[in-house]
Amino acid sequence: MIPSFWRKIKYRYDLIGTHCKKCGRYYYPPRNLCPRCRRKGEIEEVKLPEKGKVLSYTVVYERCPVVIALIELENGTKILSQLSCKPEEVKDGMEVVRVFRKYGETSDDGIIYYGTKFVPCY
Amino acid sequence: MIGICSYGTYVPIYRIKIDEIARVWGEDCDAIKNGLGIYEKSVPDEDEDATTIAVEAAREAVSRVKIDPKEIGAIFVGSESHPYAVKPTSTIVGEALGVGNNYFTADLEFACKAGTAAMQICYAMVKAEMIKFGLAIGTDTAQAKPGDALEYSAAAGGAAFLIGKDPIAEIEATYSYTSDTPDFWRRELQPYPSHGGRFTGEPAYFRHIVNAAKGLMEKFGYSSKDFKYAVFHQPNAKFPLKVAKMLGFGGEQTSQSLLVSVIGNTYSASSLIGLCAVLDVAEPDERILLVSFGSGAGSDAFSIRVTDRIIDFPREPKVWDKVSKKIYIDYALYLKHRGKIRI
Repeated sequence: MIPSFWRKIKYRYDLIGTHCKKCGRYYYPPRNLCPRCRRKGEIEEVKLPEKGKVLSYTVVYERCPVVIALIELENGTKILSQLSCKPEEVKDGMEVVRVFRKYGETSDDGIIYYGTKFVPCY
Repeated sequence: MIGICSYGTYVPIYRIKIDEIARVWGEDCDAIKNGLGIYEKSVPDEDEDATTIAVEAAREAVSRVKIDPKEIGAIFVGSESHPYAVKPTSTIVGEALGVGNNYFTADLEFACKAGTAAMQICYAMVKAEMIKFGLAIGTDTAQAKPGDALEYSAAAGGAAFLIGKDPIAEIEATYSYTSDTPDFWRRELQPYPSHGGRFTGEPAYFRHIVNAAKGLMEKFGYSSKDFKYAVFHQPNAKFPLKVAKMLGFGGEQTSQSLLVSVIGNTYSASSLIGLCAVLDVAEPDERILLVSFGSGAGSDAFSIRVTDRIIDFPREPKVWDKVSKKIYIDYALYLKHRGKIRI
C-alpha cells in the first residue's frame, strides 16, 4: 500500500494530468498512452486548472455520507473526485475548486494519505 | 532589502459559537464571551489537519507571485499539532507545492510562536545568501480537552510567508525574549495540553511580549509612535489589547489585526494571520510591529516596513473577507469534525 501510494503522490497532491499533443485531449488520472491516437499520440505531463463545475454526482452512504462528483475542469478535462461538503450542499453545475485534504489513514499508528479533493467555491 | 515577498492564509470554513459550547457544559456564555472577547471559533473539517491547512496557505502565498516553486530553497513549518510525531509536515508541503528535492527543511515546535521562529530562520538564510526564497508557515488545529477552558478558544488556521529579497514588506529588525516558563505544555502521548491557569498571564504572555517589544524598540531606536500597526499574539481578545496599552499602543493600531473574536486562537498562526490582515490594507512606508508569544516561553518581535512593491501586489481576497464566509455547526458535529467520537 505505501509504495503504490508513494509512486502516485505527484499526481494526487496536485492536479498533474497528461495531454496528447496530437489530438489535444487531457487526461486525469494521467495516461501513458492516448487511447484515441494510440501509438501516433504524443503524451506530455501538464498541470490542470484548479477550478471546474459539477456535471453529475452521487452520495455514497456508508458510515458517513461521501459526495463523489464528476467534475469538468475549465479546460474541459473531466475528472472523478470526492467533493468535501455536506450532501445537501451539492448540485449540478455548482462551481468547485481543488483543495488539499486527507484521503484517510490505515490505522491510528499508520500512514496518513493526502491528496486532491474539491470543495464548493464559497 | 529582505522581507516578506508574499503571504497567504487559510482558515477552515466551519465555526462553532461560544454559546453552543457553553450550552453543552452548562456554563454562563455571556460571562465567557465577556471574559475572553471571543464569540465563535473556526473548526477544521474532518479531512483537514495542520498539514492540509499549511498547504492551502502556502499555495495562496506562492500563487500571488510569479516564481517557479523550485526557487524556494527552504520550508519551515511551525505547529503544535503536526499530524505525525515522527515524519515531517514540511516535506508534504514541499511535495504539494512542487518545490523539487533540493531544499532545506524542518518542522518547528514552540507552542504558538513556531511560525515566527520559521520567519526568523528564513530571514537569516536569505541574508546569508544560502537560499533565494524561504517559506515560513504557522499552522494549527489546536487541541482542547472537552469541557476545559481552552475549548472556547482553541481554533484552526494557517499563514504562510515567502521570505526573500525585493519584498513587499521589509523585515527591518527582529528581536527575541526567551525563558524557561512552564505556563502551558503537552506531555508525550497525551492528547490534550495542560496549562497553569492564571499563570499563563503575567509571568508568561505579558512578561515575554513586553520584553521582546521593548527590547526591539530600545535596540533599534523605535517608539510606539513609529508604528502604524501593532500585531500581538491573540489567545483571547483581552490580552492583546492589554499588552498594547502597556506598550503605549492605541486601539487604532491594533484593531485591524484582531481576528480572535471571530476565528478563535489559531495558535502558531494567530499573530501571523493578524499580520496578513494588516498587510491587506497597509500602504508603502507604514511600519508594523509584530510580536508573537509561545508558551514555554518566548516572544519574537519584528519591525516590518511596507515597501512600494505592495501597490502592485495582488491582495485579494482579503483576510477579513475570507473569514466572513462561514458555516456554523453544533457541538455534536464539532466533536465529529475533531475526531473525538470513537467508534
